[in-house]
Amino acid sequence: MTRDETFLQFLLRMGDNTLILGHRVSEWCGHAPVLEEDIALANTALDLIGQTQMWLGLAGEVQGEGKSADDLAFLRDAWDFRNVLLVEVPNGDFGRTLMRQFLFDAWHSIMLGRLLKSSDDRVAAIAEKASKEVAYHLERSSDTVVGLGDGTEESHRRMQEALDYLWPYVGEMFASDEVDAEMAAAGVAPDPASLREEYDSLVQRVLTEATLTIPDSRFAHKGGRDGRMHTEHLGHLLTQMQWLQRAYPGATW
Amino acid sequence: MDRATVEQVWEWLDAVPDPEIPVISVVDLGIVRDVTWEGDTLKVAVTPTYSGCPATSVIAMDIETALRDHGIDKIKLETRISPAWTTDWLSDKGRAKLKDYGIAPPQPAGGPDRCPHCGSTAVEKVSQFGSTPCKAHWRCTDCREPFDYFKCI
Repeated sequence: MTRDETFLQFLLRMGDNTLILGHRVSEWCGHAPVLEEDIALANTALDLIGQTQMWLGLAGEVQGEGKSADDLAFLRDAWDFRNVLLVEVPNGDFGRTLMRQFLFDAWHSIMLGRLLKSSDDRVAAIAEKASKEVAYHLERSSDTVVGLGDGTEESHRRMQEALDYLWPYVGEMFASDEVDAEMAAAGVAPDPASLREEYDSLVQRVLTEATLTIPDSRFAHKGGRDGRMHTEHLGHLLTQMQWLQRAYPGATW
Repeated sequence: MDRATVEQVWEWLDAVPDPEIPVISVVDLGIVRDVTWEGDTLKVAVTPTYSGCPATSVIAMDIETALRDHGIDKIKLETRISPAWTTDWLSDKGRAKLKDYGIAPPQPAGGPDRCPHCGSTAVEKVSQFGSTPCKAHWRCTDCREPFDYFKCI
C-alpha cells in the first residue's frame, strides 16, 4: 500500500467506528426508558455522526476520487467498512448499550488524546474537536455503568451479562497490523497496542466501582477493522442506514 | 459602492441570532472566528459548537442571508475546527442575556453556580444532556423550576 492508501485505511477505521456506533445509538431515539436518557443517547449519537463527517470528509479528500463523507457512508457495502466489531453488535437492552458505550468511550478518549499530537495537522484538529465531546460521553457512560452495576439485583445481573457478552469484542481495538505500524512510524497515530495498559487501568477502576467482574479470557473476536470478516449484524444495519440510497440511488433533496 | 469595513461586518453579524437560542447572536456565541476581505470576496470563518450540531448549517445560511441583505454578493464561508470552540469565547453580553433568558451560563466549576430564575444556590443536575448539544438539564430545589445549563467545554 502507498502512504495515502494506508492513511485512508486509518481514517476509515476512525470514521466507520463513529458512524456505525452513532447509527446504533440513534436506534434508541424515542425508545429509551426515560426522556432524559433518550435525549442523552440522541445527543451522543449526534456527536458521533458529527465526528464521522470530519473523519470521512478527510478520508474522501485523501482518497482523491471526489467522494464526500455522505458517499462513503451511504454507497459502500459491508466488506468496505473498517469499524471494529464492538460497535456493530446489536443494542440489546439499555444496560448492554451503555456498557458498549463505556467500553468504546474509554478507548476513544485515550486514542483521541494521543491523536492530539499527530504529525498530521488535520488529524490533530479533528481529535481536538472530538476529544472534548468524548470526555463528556465517557463521564456519562462511566456514571451510568456504576449506577446500574452497583444498583439493584436485576440491574447488576444485566450489567454483568452485558460485560460478559461484550468483553470478547474489546481486544480488537488494540490489535495492530501493518497499517498501524506505518501510521505509528509516520507519527500520525499511536500503535493501538500501546493504549492497552492505560485502558485496562481505567476500565478496571470503573468496573470495580460498579461491583462488576471483568472476564478472565483475553480471547478477541476480530475482522472488523481490517474488513476481513464483519458480523452478520453489519449488513442488517446497513440495509436500514442506506435504505434511501439503495432504493433511489443518487437521490438528493 | 464602497465595500463595508470589517468592523461594520462584525456589527451586522452581531445582529444574526443563534437559531436555537435566539436571545444571543452568533458573535456572542463566539463561533464567528474571522472576517476578512480577499479582493472583492468577503471571507467569514465559522467554527461549530459541537461537531454534529444540526444548527450549524442553519447558522451558515443565516449569516449568508444577512450579508446578502447588506449588499455583499461574494461571500465565502469557511468551517474552521481548530482551535476547537470553547465556552470561554462566549461574550459577557451573551452570558448576561443567557441568564436573563433562563439559561445558566457556563462556569469553570462544571455546573451552574445558581438558579437563573430565583438565584438560589440549591441546584442539582437532572441530566448531563439537554435540549441542544450545548446544554445540560438542571433543576432548582428551592423554587422547584427546571432550567438549562450551558455546558462548559
